[in-house]
Amino acid sequence: MKLHEYQSKRVFAEYGVPIPNGEVATTPAEARAIAEQIGKSVVIKSQVLVGGRGKAGGIKLAGTPDEAEKVAAQILGMDIKGLTVQKVLVDEAADIRSEIYLGAVLDRGARKVAIMASSEGGVEIEEVAAETPEKIITVHVHPLLGMQGYQARQLAYGIGLPKEHVSAFTKIAQSLYRAFVESDASLAEINPLVINGDNQLQAVDGKILLDDSALPRQKELAAMRDPDEDSPTETEAREVGISYIDLDGEIGCMVNGAGLAMATMDIIKLYGGSPANFLDIGGGAGADKVLAALRIILRDARVKAVLINIFGGITRCDEVANGIVEAINSLNVEVPIVVRMVGVNEDEGRQILADSNLPSANQLSEAVQMAVAAAKGEGA
Amino acid sequence: MSILVDNGTRLLVQGITGSQGAFHAEQMIQYGTNVVAGAVPGRGGQWAVGNTPVFDTVHEAVATTDANTSIIFVPAAFAVDALLEAADAGVALIVCITENIPALDMARARAYLDSTDSVLIGPNCPGLISPGTAKVGIMAGHIHTPGNVGIVSRSGTLTYEVIYALTARGIGQSTAVGIGGDPIKGLNFLDVLQMFEQDSATEQVVLIGEIGGTDEQVAADYIRTEMNKPVTAFIAGQTAPPGKRMGHAGAIISGGEGTAAEKIEALQDAGVAIARHPEEIAELAAHNI
Repeated sequence: MKLHEYQSKRVFAEYGVPIPNGEVATTPAEARAIAEQIGKSVVIKSQVLVGGRGKAGGIKLAGTPDEAEKVAAQILGMDIKGLTVQKVLVDEAADIRSEIYLGAVLDRGARKVAIMASSEGGVEIEEVAAETPEKIITVHVHPLLGMQGYQARQLAYGIGLPKEHVSAFTKIAQSLYRAFVESDASLAEINPLVINGDNQLQAVDGKILLDDSALPRQKELAAMRDPDEDSPTETEAREVGISYIDLDGEIGCMVNGAGLAMATMDIIKLYGGSPANFLDIGGGAGADKVLAALRIILRDARVKAVLINIFGGITRCDEVANGIVEAINSLNVEVPIVVRMVGVNEDEGRQILADSNLPSANQLSEAVQMAVAAAKGEGA
Repeated sequence: MSILVDNGTRLLVQGITGSQGAFHAEQMIQYGTNVVAGAVPGRGGQWAVGNTPVFDTVHEAVATTDANTSIIFVPAAFAVDALLEAADAGVALIVCITENIPALDMARARAYLDSTDSVLIGPNCPGLISPGTAKVGIMAGHIHTPGNVGIVSRSGTLTYEVIYALTARGIGQSTAVGIGGDPIKGLNFLDVLQMFEQDSATEQVVLIGEIGGTDEQVAADYIRTEMNKPVTAFIAGQTAPPGKRMGHAGAIISGGEGTAAEKIEALQDAGVAIARHPEEIAELAAHNI
C-alpha cells in the first residue's frame, strides 16, 4: 500500500524529521486560507499516487493567497495519469540551496534494510543509479541492532555533506530508519532532503510504501488508504480475499496460486491469446469465492472467454465446480467458460460440471488452446 | 535417498489442533510420515489426530519424543514466535507454511536463526516431500512418484502442475522442496541446489522460479560454475506487467529489475534448458534420462 506525500511527511515528522509548514486542502478557498496562515510564498502540490506530478503540471508555486487560490483551482480536479486530483498539499515554499536523496528499502538479497543516500537529490534515484552509480552510498542495517550512528555518518561523509550538517543529517537518517521499521514499510524515501535558505535540513518531498502483510497491525496507517490506488474492481477483489490485477486482453482467468496464475497467463500468450487479468483465488477457496471471482471477471466487457484453472490441494475441485455452476445460474453469462481442474476431488468436480453441460479439460495446454479458440469465436 | 526429509524424520506439528493443522497432520500420517507430536500452548496433555500427543511447549515435545523436524500451521501473528521456539528447542529442520508474515519480522527471525543450527524452509510455502517416504507439507501426496528428479520451487500450485506432468510421463522425484515466495525466507534456490548436487539419489534438477528479486540469477551462477547435474527451469511471469508490486529502489539495490527475461538469460547462460510452459518441463527432463 502507498501513502501520499503529505501522509508520508507526517509520519517522518513524528520521528523528528523537519518538514515544511503546510496543510492539505480540498478546495481553492481552503488553499487560500492555508496560504494566508503561512504568510509566505507557498507551493501547491497535487496529492496523487503516481510519479511525475511536476512534469504533468501538478506542482506550482504561488506568491500570494490570491494566487494560491487560483493555482489550487487549476490543480484540483486535474487528471494526472488517469487519476483525478482531489487534494493538494499547500506547503511553505523552501528556498532550496542543495538537494539530497535519502531512502530506506528492504534488500531481499542481503535480508536487511538498506539505507541509501546521494548528493544528487531531487531526481529519480533510478536515474542516478543508471548514470552515476558511484554517487549512491549504501549501508545495510543489522535487523537486531538497528541503525548505528557510524552508519549514518558513513552516509553523510560519503555524499560529501558540509560538516555543519553532519549531526542533523545523522539524526534524520536514524529517524528515517525508525519510521521505516515501526511503520512496517518496504520503501521510505525523502527526496529531496534540502539544505534551505536558513541553512537547515528539511524533507521537502516524501514517499512510503507499506508491507501489505503488516497492515493488520498498522491500523492507523492502513486507514490512510486512498481508494484510488487500485481500480474499483481491484479493491472489491481485495475485500473478498482475491488478488486481482487488471490487464488488457480478452481471456478472463481464474486460477488458484500466484505462480500458477502467472504461468497460466504466460501459456495463454504462448498460444496466441491475451489475458484480461491476473486472478488468484488463493488456497482453500470455497464456492462463494469462486462466485465472487467470476462476477468480477465477467464485469469486464473486454472478456470474450473465461479460463478457470484449478490445481486442487487445499482447494477442492468439487467446491470450485459448485461455485461455477452457482455463478452460471445466478449471473448472465454470455461468454464461453473453459474449466480445467485436477487434484483433490477432481472426479466429483468434473461430474458437477458435466451435469451442467460445461466442458472441462485435463491438460493445461489443451484448456488454454480451447480458451484461445473460444475467445476468437471459433467455439470452445 | 533424498534430501532434508526421509525415514528418519520425526515430525512435530505446531498448531495441530487448528483446522489446517489437524487436516494436514492427518494427511501426512496417511502418507506415511512419522508424526510424533503436536505443540499447542494450553493444550498440553491432550491427544490430537488419533494418537498424537500434544505438548504445551516445543521444548517438552522434543524432550519427550525426539522430534527433529517441525511444521508450523499457526496464524501469521504468532508464526515467528513458533519458529523461534522450535529453533530454541534445537529442532533441526523447521518448515513454516504460514503466509502473510511481515517481512521485517522475518528479517529479524532469520538473523537469529543464522546463529543457530536450525534450518528453515518458508514461510509461505507448501513444504517438501520425498515421495514414498515422507511428506512434510500440504501438497497432494498422490500426484508424486519416487524417482531421481529433484525439484525446487518458489511456487505452490505451479509445482504441483510440474510434478503432475512428470509423474504422467513416468518420471519420479527424489525430493520436491517448496521454498516459498516471500522476500525473506529460509533456504533459497542456491542452498537446495547444493543439497541436490550432493545427493546420490538425485540425477537431475528442475527449478521453478518467478519474477521478482535475483535469487534465480544467484542460482544460475552456481549452476554455471559448480554444478554437474543437469537442470531444467521454468520462470513464471513472463507476461506479467512490471512494477505492480515493488518500487524501483528495490530493483536498484538488488542489481536488476527481477524480470523473467533477465532470469531466463542468466539460466540459459548457465546451460539450463528453459521450458516455455510447465508441461514442457517433463519433456525436457525426459531428455536427461
